[in-house]
Amino acid sequence: MKKLFSRRGFLPGFGMTMGYTIIYLSLLVLIPLSVLFLKASTLSWEQFVGTILDARVLASIRVSILTSFFAACVNAVFGVLVAWVLTRYQFPGKRIIDGIVDLPFALPTAVGGIALTSIYAENGWIGQYLAEWGIKVAYTPIGIWVALTFIGLPFVVRTVQPVLQDWDLQMEEAAATLGATRFHTFTRVILPHLLPAIITGFALAFARALGEYGSVVFISGNMPLKTEIVPLLIMTKLEQFDYAGATAIATVMLVASFVMLLMINYLQWRMNKFDAAR
Amino acid sequence: MSIEVVNISKTYKNFTALQNVNLHIPEGELVALLGPSGSGKTTLLRLIAGLEQAQQGSILFNGEDNTNRDVRERQVGFVFQHYALFRHMTIFDNIAFGLTVRPRKTRPSKAEIREKVHSLLRLVQLEGLAHRYPSQLSGGQRQRVALARALAVEPKFLLLDEPFGALDTKVRQELRRWLRHLHGKLGLTILFVTHDQEEAMELADRVVVMNEGRVEQVGTPEEIYHKPANPFVYSFLGRVNLFHGRIQDGRIKLGEAEFEAEHAHFDGPAVGYMRPHDVEVSLHPPKSSATTAVRAQIERITPLGPFVRLELKRLDTKEVFEAEMSRQRFLELNVVEGGLVYVTLHNVSIFVENAPAIKPTRVYVPQQVSI
Repeated sequence: MKKLFSRRGFLPGFGMTMGYTIIYLSLLVLIPLSVLFLKASTLSWEQFVGTILDARVLASIRVSILTSFFAACVNAVFGVLVAWVLTRYQFPGKRIIDGIVDLPFALPTAVGGIALTSIYAENGWIGQYLAEWGIKVAYTPIGIWVALTFIGLPFVVRTVQPVLQDWDLQMEEAAATLGATRFHTFTRVILPHLLPAIITGFALAFARALGEYGSVVFISGNMPLKTEIVPLLIMTKLEQFDYAGATAIATVMLVASFVMLLMINYLQWRMNKFDAAR
Repeated sequence: MSIEVVNISKTYKNFTALQNVNLHIPEGELVALLGPSGSGKTTLLRLIAGLEQAQQGSILFNGEDNTNRDVRERQVGFVFQHYALFRHMTIFDNIAFGLTVRPRKTRPSKAEIREKVHSLLRLVQLEGLAHRYPSQLSGGQRQRVALARALAVEPKFLLLDEPFGALDTKVRQELRRWLRHLHGKLGLTILFVTHDQEEAMELADRVVVMNEGRVEQVGTPEEIYHKPANPFVYSFLGRVNLFHGRIQDGRIKLGEAEFEAEHAHFDGPAVGYMRPHDVEVSLHPPKSSATTAVRAQIERITPLGPFVRLELKRLDTKEVFEAEMSRQRFLELNVVEGGLVYVTLHNVSIFVENAPAIKPTRVYVPQQVSI
């Protein structure tokens, strides 16, 4: 046991901090989630599989995962761009822009959803021009994707920003003296450094998007099989007092999310090995 | 390859980093840029590398103008004080980087790159560490990796920015010896920046002393130590004693001590500079040239291994100064703190301030006085 729980460092208190960690996680995460599993287990296996394999449920899982994934992808690219601009350059209004980045965190998501819907609807400010091109945003999966991108934006920016702030500019100079082009300097020197932070941000944005409800319900139109997301379906089941069915879907989502996050964390750990090797 | 710096000036917003600097670095020499922090030595190095742009002047490599050439095309090896190794790459990939980013046409094959990297690893004595990451290496090892990485692209010359600044004394001395050896082996022109005068003296064929954005003196270590061009160089290289006095009627008077002045055709205040090891301490008044001897009281005795430093106070002018002597001589003298001794001043250099000059700290007429 001694070896399993290694205690290192100057500050004592492994027992106490670990104890609090477990109590804290239990009260807030583990116990509520295990109740979920308990409730789901009141269903028989056939009922459970039947609930999950329902075409409407499968479609909603597909919509949820795909839109969340693409939203996180967009945020991974543009979040890095925003973080880059905010750390590399000085310009008037920089602090204001820095503050705006956090707005999706603070704003009630329903407000964000309604605002996005009114702008991207076919008669909205932006939606009317997109409609000319034959692109419909509101009440389609694209709309869900826009809403999920909106709420996930701060994650990548806020995880990449500190890494960029600590970045040693001399590494770029070293690359330049060695004859590397700007493109090579970015792809071979800077990007590999940011990648662990980008993946963390991606994972957070993705996880947040999977669970998002408030902003999506307004812009998606909630058409079964087309633009219905898993959280909404769970809400629908609850409203019909089908608690076991709701928990069954929730359990599947939970396990799926957990597996995906675990994979992303593993990937990130692999990326980080140059620092972990210390 | 030789480097020519012609009339270079560089100013930042409200700070002049370099002022009309001219410098010639002959091919194959190991040259030190020596100066206190803020003297512009690193700026000069970065200008030569192309990491900074000058407002005025030009930089030539072997007579070829490189002033407006991009850093990527200058083919200069640059080693940073804090190594600037790519942390996410292995040592192998770090060294190979300069070769792997070449355009496909000029890029060597994988086998050639491997061959090259391993021969460089042998050169810097780090064989077997190819697959480690920089964070797993000690400071001295990292610096050698940085050197190997710079050498991999076969640069025209090497520029080192305070290469040993972040290392401890023992590693620093080892690396100095090693760099000296490497220079002999490769015959490459190497220019390095340092604020450590001992490092410059020990390592360089030629030392460029800089201060406040100007070159104060260029010379061999011997020259700049024994024939400093001005008071700055004098006091920057090693310990120095200052005596204030006057030039009068062709003689220099520093308190009770008097010297013949060869070129002093004017009267006025003068400052005498001398090294502590040129102060001769004795218990009895010296028989000859008694005018260069003064009486002094020993304030403090500091034993420093092979030699002993005395802090003395002149009885005539109350000026405090230092004397250094071998431990053997100190034991012969058998003096204690508070004791009175006779002191003879050898090799005093007199610098006279040109009174009406606009920049009084800068314009000096060197007067070498040897006794």
